[in-house]
Amino acid sequence: MQTLDLATTSLREMNATLQAQKDQTNATQWSIENPRGAHAIAVGLDAPIEVTVRGSTGYYCAGMNKQATVHVTGSAGPGVAENMMSGTVIIEGDASQYAGATGRGGLLVIKGNAASRCGISMKGIDIVVQGNIGHMSAFMGQAGNLVVCGDAGDALGDSLYEARLFVRGSVKSLGADCIEKEMRPEHLEILRALLERAGIDAKPEEFRRYGSARKLYNFDIDNAAAY
Amino acid sequence: MCGIVGLFLKDKSLEPRLGQLLTEMLVTMTDRGPDSAGIAIYRGGDAALSKLTVQSDQADADFATLAADLGAEIGADVSMRRADSHAVLSLPADKAQDARAALATLRPGLRIMSDGANVEIYKSVGLPKDVAARFDLAAMSGTHGIGHTRMATESAVTTQGAHPFSTGSDQCLVHNGSLSNHNNWRRKLKREGVRIESQNDTEVGAAYLTWKMQKGASLGEALEGTLQDLDGFFTFVVGTKDGFGVVRDPIACKPAVMAETDQYVAFGSEYRALVNLPGIEAARVWEPEPATVYFWSH
Repeated sequence: MQTLDLATTSLREMNATLQAQKDQTNATQWSIENPRGAHAIAVGLDAPIEVTVRGSTGYYCAGMNKQATVHVTGSAGPGVAENMMSGTVIIEGDASQYAGATGRGGLLVIKGNAASRCGISMKGIDIVVQGNIGHMSAFMGQAGNLVVCGDAGDALGDSLYEARLFVRGSVKSLGADCIEKEMRPEHLEILRALLERAGIDAKPEEFRRYGSARKLYNFDIDNAAAY
Repeated sequence: MCGIVGLFLKDKSLEPRLGQLLTEMLVTMTDRGPDSAGIAIYRGGDAALSKLTVQSDQADADFATLAADLGAEIGADVSMRRADSHAVLSLPADKAQDARAALATLRPGLRIMSDGANVEIYKSVGLPKDVAARFDLAAMSGTHGIGHTRMATESAVTTQGAHPFSTGSDQCLVHNGSLSNHNNWRRKLKREGVRIESQNDTEVGAAYLTWKMQKGASLGEALEGTLQDLDGFFTFVVGTKDGFGVVRDPIACKPAVMAETDQYVAFGSEYRALVNLPGIEAARVWEPEPATVYFWSH
């Protein structure tokens, strides 16, 4: 286990050290001490390493992650795992707004609650939230899966393209062009696999599935009132 | 972008450290607001006395004989404690209105930052650490306080445009965000006779709260009203004689983190601002919900 202490190492040096790890590195286990809410911790990683951040983080933790597993033992500020490409990011506490925004791949697990705009413009990332999510989540989502074990706030899936949304609790309201859809066997399988990968004990049968009604795909003058 | 910090103490043994804790929180939020900074601190309440915090750009000349001049004008004992460009005048509570009127004649260049039994407001342009040092904020004790670091958007970088804004006796407001219908509300509130002195959007928010409460609303009701009447982005933190409240607009894009322990309730625009608080590791930390009014009081 390699340790980088942000009380004695600069943020830039810490990120440069982690970014310098290559595919074949022997140093696969890293611990970040004293994050104290700092911004941009463990960003731009591109190696199959495991990084544990011991505490809570500020803005943009684990942004643009590739391959790496980043584990935050506290809560994460706005924009955690933004534009993730692959790998895994696990937040033990809560995540602030726009968690997993624009993510193209990988898995983001939030053990607590996520605030507003979770998974906004998601493009292939899988997000599993054990608690609740805030308003405008998965806004303009294009691909990937958003799994919510608790409740969803207002305007879930507004202007959604193709992402799949699974919610176990209540949905305060659905956004424009987002509808409830039939949960078919293949969806239960996808959901079961996601819950298993996230290490969350929940029954897929208890969830409802939401997706795009596909009425806003192309401009249609008859839909003008919906914009 | 701006930074907000707030600390409401439940544990009296922390009161001597209020200024020091708030100053650390304020300086941590420098990145969010390096233009100006301010703090409202609640302390030393004597219900029979009113404290007027005044500010002057010519402090030496204006403050030299101010207590004696004001005392003679309103016929009461007035004491004065100076902190750089600010001074706190203590006088009988029933003379507070007379004092306001008298000051306008005696010292036309003076600005009244706040009045009330407990509140004192200090604010100035400059980096938060310099502003804190100028007023020796770290040495101040108190029951609760609110601080603000400003990155200006809607009006000039001046002491007048700095936060907190006084919203009435023992009340103050700080704001992160920008209001988009403040010009309409400024005209409307001025017609209603509410005093507004700057082109700043937040001052209109403060004046709105004052106006609502003058019309009989409680602070909670006035804060609920902001959700209906004010357009734009806001996280507001308000201070009152014995408490403080938080409200975020329904979009809630301006950040907010809260922490509560047996000893205190704390507010920060970011978690970074809270990391030096005692017992933060074990605190309940959460993000306040959009369009929801939170309030704590003693």
